[in-house]
Amino acid sequence: MKGIFDYFRSPPPPQTSARMAKERLQVIVARERGHRAGPDYLPALHRELLEVIRKYVRVNDESVQMTLENQGDCEILEVNITLSESERQL
Amino acid sequence: MARIVVITSGKGGVGKTTTSAAMATGLALEGHKTAVIDFDVGLRNLDLIMGCERRVVYDFVNVINGDASLRQALIKDKRTENLFILPASQTRDKDALTEEGVGQVLDELSQEFDYILCDSPAGIERGALMAAYFADEAVVVTNPEVSSVRDSDRMLGILASKTRKAEQGEGPLPSRLLLTRYAPERVDKGEMLSVEDVVEILSIEMLGVVPESQSVLNASNAGMPVILDKESDAGQAYSDAVARFLGEERPHRFLTAQKKGILGRLFKG
Ligand SMILES: Nc1ncnc2c1ncn2[C@@H]1O[C@H](COP(=O)(O)OP(=O)(O)OP(=O)(O)O)[C@@H](O)[C@H]1O
Ligand SMILES: [Mg+2]
Repeated sequence: MKGIFDYFRSPPPPQTSARMAKERLQVIVARERGHRAGPDYLPALHRELLEVIRKYVRVNDESVQMTLENQGDCEILEVNITLSESERQL
Repeated sequence: MARIVVITSGKGGVGKTTTSAAMATGLALEGHKTAVIDFDVGLRNLDLIMGCERRVVYDFVNVINGDASLRQALIKDKRTENLFILPASQTRDKDALTEEGVGQVLDELSQEFDYILCDSPAGIERGALMAAYFADEAVVVTNPEVSSVRDSDRMLGILASKTRKAEQGEGPLPSRLLLTRYAPERVDKGEMLSVEDVVEILSIEMLGVVPESQSVLNASNAGMPVILDKESDAGQAYSDAVARFLGEERPHRFLTAQKKGILGRLFKG
């Protein structure tokens, strides 16, 4: 039953388009800030790694993820290569 | 010594020129001797928004090249005391703005003015970099829309690393957000990013919010900075922003939709 007062209240917003915009922006902005903070050679290294990997397995661009972290006085470059079922064989 | 302020955004058409004209006029109205420079080489527009397009004889590039003196090129505003405009060149030579040339003009202007506002072109190419390079601080103009917010973040990255201050190790350029073309009723419906959303994403201090307003178009039709339209919401929002810029504390206005009457809400559908 809808009471009279319900007409004065707007329904709780479901997944609104503004929410979607905010979530997408938070992801892309974080990623781009990470790239800006990293050394200049990272994009080139990423590209060349992909080329080398593709000599052996078929992978898409997102399957190689690189993160650079500072731990104490050393930097750790972590490279994650995800191989999905369909991509295993060349 | 003048304070140099860049009005920038990354994305085009978000309201930089509207803001440059309004803020320069607002600062001059407060008694500060102000020059506003159009850095949009090839696409001169500030003169039109300021209503002085028929008085342009020399431009920024003429001064850089030594074809005219600053005194000859600066246009004194007819309505507002203390206000001068340096129009953009319409040359198609994108390299006309050299770092050395821009630096010299700004140095010379600095002797005489309190504030120098640099109206940046869109993008992150040479023109935009030159407008920002010598700045002491930035006003980042953003619309509540995904591509504008993302481009503003990129511009903030540039302001933090590619300006003279940053290169001299003084850290990121102090930058504040001016959110323009804000439509509270659309925010309420969940169709538009809210002020809080944008501030959270960009993690930046807020200078002001300017509502989407017919008065901006009216003002540009008439060649009159919208801040001079004292009755208008956008004009008042810009006046508030200028006051905050000068250190005054003012509550933000125009953040909520006009309340509809009970009948309006009942029959909203
Ligand atoms: N608050 C506002 N309400 C309504 N319209 C606005 C508002 N602010 C700006 N506009 C309109 O948006 C358009 C672009 O404004 P403006 O020229 O100031 O943007 P810009 O960032 O300088 O553009 P460009 O990147 O091309 O230099 C103009 O038509 C202007 O009238
Ligand atoms: Mg412009």
